[in-house]
Amino acid sequence: MTATWIIVGIIVLLLLALVGIYNGLVSKRIRCQEAWAQVDVQLKRRYDLIPNLVETVRGYATHEKETLERVINARNKAIAASGVKEQAEAENFLSGALRQLFALSEAYPNLKANENFSQLQEELTSTENRIAFARQHYNDSGAIYNTARESFPNNLVANAFNFQRQDYFELEEPAAREAPKVKFQ
Amino acid sequence: MPIETYHTLISRNKRNTWLLIVVFAMVFVGLGVLIGNVWGGGNAEFSILTAASAGLIAFLLTLASYYGGSSVLLGISHAREISKSDDPQLFNVVEEICLAGGLPVPKIYVIEDSAMNAFATGRDPKHASVAITSGLRGRLNREELEGVIAHELSHVRHYDILFATLIAVMVGVLVMLCDIFLRSMWWGGGRRRQSSDRQSEGGGGLQVILLILALVLAILAPILAKIIQMAISRQREFLADAGSVELTRNPTGLAHALAKLGGDEEVLEAANRATAPLYIVHPIRKFEERASSIFDTHPPLNERINRLMSLTQ
Repeated sequence: MTATWIIVGIIVLLLLALVGIYNGLVSKRIRCQEAWAQVDVQLKRRYDLIPNLVETVRGYATHEKETLERVINARNKAIAASGVKEQAEAENFLSGALRQLFALSEAYPNLKANENFSQLQEELTSTENRIAFARQHYNDSGAIYNTARESFPNNLVANAFNFQRQDYFELEEPAAREAPKVKFQ
Repeated sequence: MPIETYHTLISRNKRNTWLLIVVFAMVFVGLGVLIGNVWGGGNAEFSILTAASAGLIAFLLTLASYYGGSSVLLGISHAREISKSDDPQLFNVVEEICLAGGLPVPKIYVIEDSAMNAFATGRDPKHASVAITSGLRGRLNREELEGVIAHELSHVRHYDILFATLIAVMVGVLVMLCDIFLRSMWWGGGRRRQSSDRQSEGGGGLQVILLILALVLAILAPILAKIIQMAISRQREFLADAGSVELTRNPTGLAHALAKLGGDEEVLEAANRATAPLYIVHPIRKFEERASSIFDTHPPLNERINRLMSLTQ
């Protein structure tokens, strides 16, 4: 009789532990998804700013067609990308193209003096920072989730209920980590 | 895992907040008993009445400072809420840092004063405000502003703001009440004492009580000021500096900003003893004292800067 109760007790405890671990994993995964949603919002913000920027620059820098084309292509590719890894690659490419565009603006004093352009610069600086910070927050949440997912005994639950590993939003070269923080002075 | 220490930090702050409320209520009720004793001439029922009303006042005050403390503090600091069109860059920076911490965007205030300072207040991250003086805003570049805002948002994130706001309001009120009571003893209490001297024989005993009471109250106010200093300790400032680096991943911005803050000779006029601990650097002391004082609410700036710079290597 007592043996039955002990077994029932153990089963109940195990079930409670299972529920606790499962819910913990779910809430961490949701936090990752929220963080990713923020990255997405900021990426869209950048897509929306680019046509305006390209138009402004085109009016002053008539000989820079190639650079402008590259920015537009990079933007379109980034919009079409899907999945964290592919997105990260496309966005890195777009960041590079934008950097080039701003570097080239140094050669056009009239463009730099344009008020619309300087406003766009502040907005794009902010957007680049937002993307960097949102990415940082996403990676932090991802690291917390992945650690929880892989540690024992959570990994048993994670495997049984198919909790996928989160990809990180990474930049290829360490040097590029600094670069998105564009400085204009 | 840094996340563990971060959660213990928050729960410790919440526990301290409850402790503060209990101690505050006890001091208040005790004060009620004393005042009732003096004004009622030892009448037990009158003392109970004053103690009960003091308890009620303490309860209402706690509620009021929980919900309205931040508005009071912003009001006495002459802070004005701004919108994005007033200062797009400041708004952008705040929103950027909020993304890094996964925080809701707080209200942003500007204090029109050429002294350099900033503080955060509110009751939780959803009801938070950040205030910065126009003097500080004007002299920081983007990177330094990022560091300062991240420092303030770390106070928000660590729930330092609720504790600091409650303490500032409660201690302010207590000091004020002690003051009113002491004055009433000089003028009204003196007259009552004379008449009770003539009527009763217990007048001598009452006079002794009054004297002791006056002494206790006179000592109480500065002690309370000391409690504020200890509660909003130097540790909190170091932790907020560390939190700032955790958010921005860039210690140089805040370090340069602190160096600029250290060079500021001006005194912030809208600050006082109760609100001083809220600020990023002590608003009333001059630089030499800020840099060297040991018994201070804020750690020496040099030490804060050195700790930040050691992270850059």
